Amino acid sequence: MLSRVANKIYWMARYLERTENTARLINVNTHLLLDLPKRVRLGWEPIVDITSRKDYFYSLYEEADERSVIRFMVTDLRNPGSILCALNMARENTRNIRDIIPREVWEQMNTLHLTAKTNARSVQTQRHRYDYLRSIILGVQTISGMLAGTMTHDAGYDFLRMGRNLERADMTTRIIDVRSATLLPDMSEALSPFENLQWVSVLKSLSAYQMYRREMRLRISRSDVLKFLLQEERFPRAFYHAICQVHNCLESLPRNEKTLLLITKLQQKVQHSKLGTFDQEKLHEFIDELQLGVIKIHDSIDKTYF
Amino acid sequence: MTIRWGSYKVKNLYDEMLRASGRPRPAAQTLCSYLRALKDEDIEEHKLAAESAIHVMGVTFTVYTEEEGSIDRAWPFDIIPRIIDKKEWQQVEAGLKQRVQALNLFIDDLYHKQDIVKDNIFPAELLKDSKNFRPECVGVNPPLNIWAHICGSDLVRDKDGTFYVLEDNLRVPSGVSYMLENRLVMKRLFPEMFDQCNILPVDDYPSQLYDTLAALSPRPGDQPEIAVLTPGIFNSAYFEHAYLAQQMGAELVEGSDLIVDKNDVVYMRTIEGLTRVDVIYRRIDDLFLDPEAFQPDSVLGVPGIMRAWKAGKVALANAPGAGVADDKVVYAFVPDMIKYYLDQDAILPNVPTYKCIDKQEREHVVEHIHEMVVKPANESGGYGMLIGPQASKEEREKFVNLIRRDPRNYVAQPMLTLSTAPTLIGNRVEPRHLDLRPFILSGKQTIVTTGGLTRVALRKGSTIVNSSQGGGSKDTWIVDMEVV
Repeated sequence: MLSRVANKIYWMARYLERTENTARLINVNTHLLLDLPKRVRLGWEPIVDITSRKDYFYSLYEEADERSVIRFMVTDLRNPGSILCALNMARENTRNIRDIIPREVWEQMNTLHLTAKTNARSVQTQRHRYDYLRSIILGVQTISGMLAGTMTHDAGYDFLRMGRNLERADMTTRIIDVRSATLLPDMSEALSPFENLQWVSVLKSLSAYQMYRREMRLRISRSDVLKFLLQEERFPRAFYHAICQVHNCLESLPRNEKTLLLITKLQQKVQHSKLGTFDQEKLHEFIDELQLGVIKIHDSIDKTYF
Repeated sequence: MTIRWGSYKVKNLYDEMLRASGRPRPAAQTLCSYLRALKDEDIEEHKLAAESAIHVMGVTFTVYTEEEGSIDRAWPFDIIPRIIDKKEWQQVEAGLKQRVQALNLFIDDLYHKQDIVKDNIFPAELLKDSKNFRPECVGVNPPLNIWAHICGSDLVRDKDGTFYVLEDNLRVPSGVSYMLENRLVMKRLFPEMFDQCNILPVDDYPSQLYDTLAALSPRPGDQPEIAVLTPGIFNSAYFEHAYLAQQMGAELVEGSDLIVDKNDVVYMRTIEGLTRVDVIYRRIDDLFLDPEAFQPDSVLGVPGIMRAWKAGKVALANAPGAGVADDKVVYAFVPDMIKYYLDQDAILPNVPTYKCIDKQEREHVVEHIHEMVVKPANESGGYGMLIGPQASKEEREKFVNLIRRDPRNYVAQPMLTLSTAPTLIGNRVEPRHLDLRPFILSGKQTIVTTGGLTRVALRKGSTIVNSSQGGGSKDTWIVDMEVV
């Protein structure tokens, strides 16, 4: 497989995953804000925070109100992390590898890109937002399904899964980091029921709520949610699961020694940490380390294969 | 309102579907009645279905504009096919094979003994001035002595229905992917027609192309590694490059994916390291192919690839230098070539062509410039032409000056009345002019596509069919009337 092609497949998968994650995030935040009492002003800034683009956001917008944040995150082409931008990038990467991926995938990619662009305005009205974002999530899922069902599971597919899972691991840590930071301060007695609600929203951002319930069969609690989202091996959006997937993919690729070593180290770090004992500051540091680990793995893949 | 053939008039020209009497040609009969039975809603539905199929399939070509860089446009497609009887087509096919065979002999001769020049058939001064003659290629022996493996020849019909060859594209002809895609769309749209008529299939092309290329491999025996070399996604034909690579199961590479080592072997960069490449179907013009040999600032090419080709370590299709025969002045000599190399008369006629390099012919052109189409020797895409009858006085004078200054660079042809075919304009059918580009593969055997790409000038009265200038396309049906 050509290095350039492997690179494109990897990024196509990353951008698609980014699209889906962003759509989920906005969907869940919309619902959460409807449930929270008016005096808890969580607002929309955390969403920008999750993507580490706060400074850039404020260079373009005055206020992190709903309208601006949604615009920034969904339709603003100046933001490389917006849904439309990520879809553009995914499509450009796919265009480059039309000869590698199944044709229906390219067709579906065009359809998704077109629908997302054509209906973009509907995301600004709360009533239509859910349908719009759902159509995007479904569109990405359709592509994932087609790829799983029709693309030869060869090296190219390994690069695809690596891109998807590294992006996913990264997003999971970001959501936990930002959400848990905005959760803690000034949690008075009266508001504690809403803490629960927020942890539910963290789970829902990652489509993890139902699976968490089945797995843990407990009340929602901070340490269990953290354990589930970071250490669970069988849940597809858990950090540990995602990097295990990258590990599996690498095993069938040539020249993998260095990268495998990095992954093993990161796997051990996640599994051996006692998350329940971490206070917010410790958790933040820990997540920083995990993110650094993901970046190192990416760099190593980039250097070896692209 | 439905399609009424009664209001479709055929006057003083050849229509592909209807005769002057207004009755359909035999091969088009079934289609005509089928179309007549369509209601307005059906037509609208078919048109929408075609548009969405094309959109969804991502069939695009790239148009360059200054403000936006390059943008993808869907290529306009007319859902009424162009029909040719198989019996007539077989004649054309034989003519094309003969023509390309002669052209390949001509190119090989030019880069070796130049007998045709010594025997005074082809003027030496034409060769001397040729922009596409590559001294770097002299003495090289490409596999099977074939230089133009893929040729796209443009055919037109005049008033009386005779097919003429308008030009031969021997550099990097494009369009074949549209031919294949058009057929896919039509099969989705009109399955009944494919049931009822005996329409010959076109979809063998990718495997025939693969076989043609594979036969050139310098390492016979092994499964050859074939690559399609593209200038990249901003090229107007990128869609086609990707499409053909995919259909052949070949790698689609860009210049930066390839390197040539000091033993003149070509490799591509892969995730495993370097892999040897045997055959390259290059879709980059000669001058950009190798910065070592040609334009030093080309970033599209591969440094050293000419060395590798000359050393026989890699095959290039089309061979560098093949473009010497893709020249509107050289074109005028093709019938002579056929006589000279094959000792045959040309089956397919040329459009009568005046070579401005010849004094007598030049004066004739200048005198009759208002009746002539004047073409520069080396432009493609319909650029830099004069269409005499439609041009202003100033434009004509400008061309007379151009011709006098550089006679070798111009030829002129009488204005033909191109054939028309019914084309959907809104929800009515109107006649539009068209041409036909079949593709000819030359390798161990010579293969001609079944039909080819029909390009249609969508503007009323226009004869410019190029995609970049308001042209569209139609599916081309070769119909076998002898099978029941």
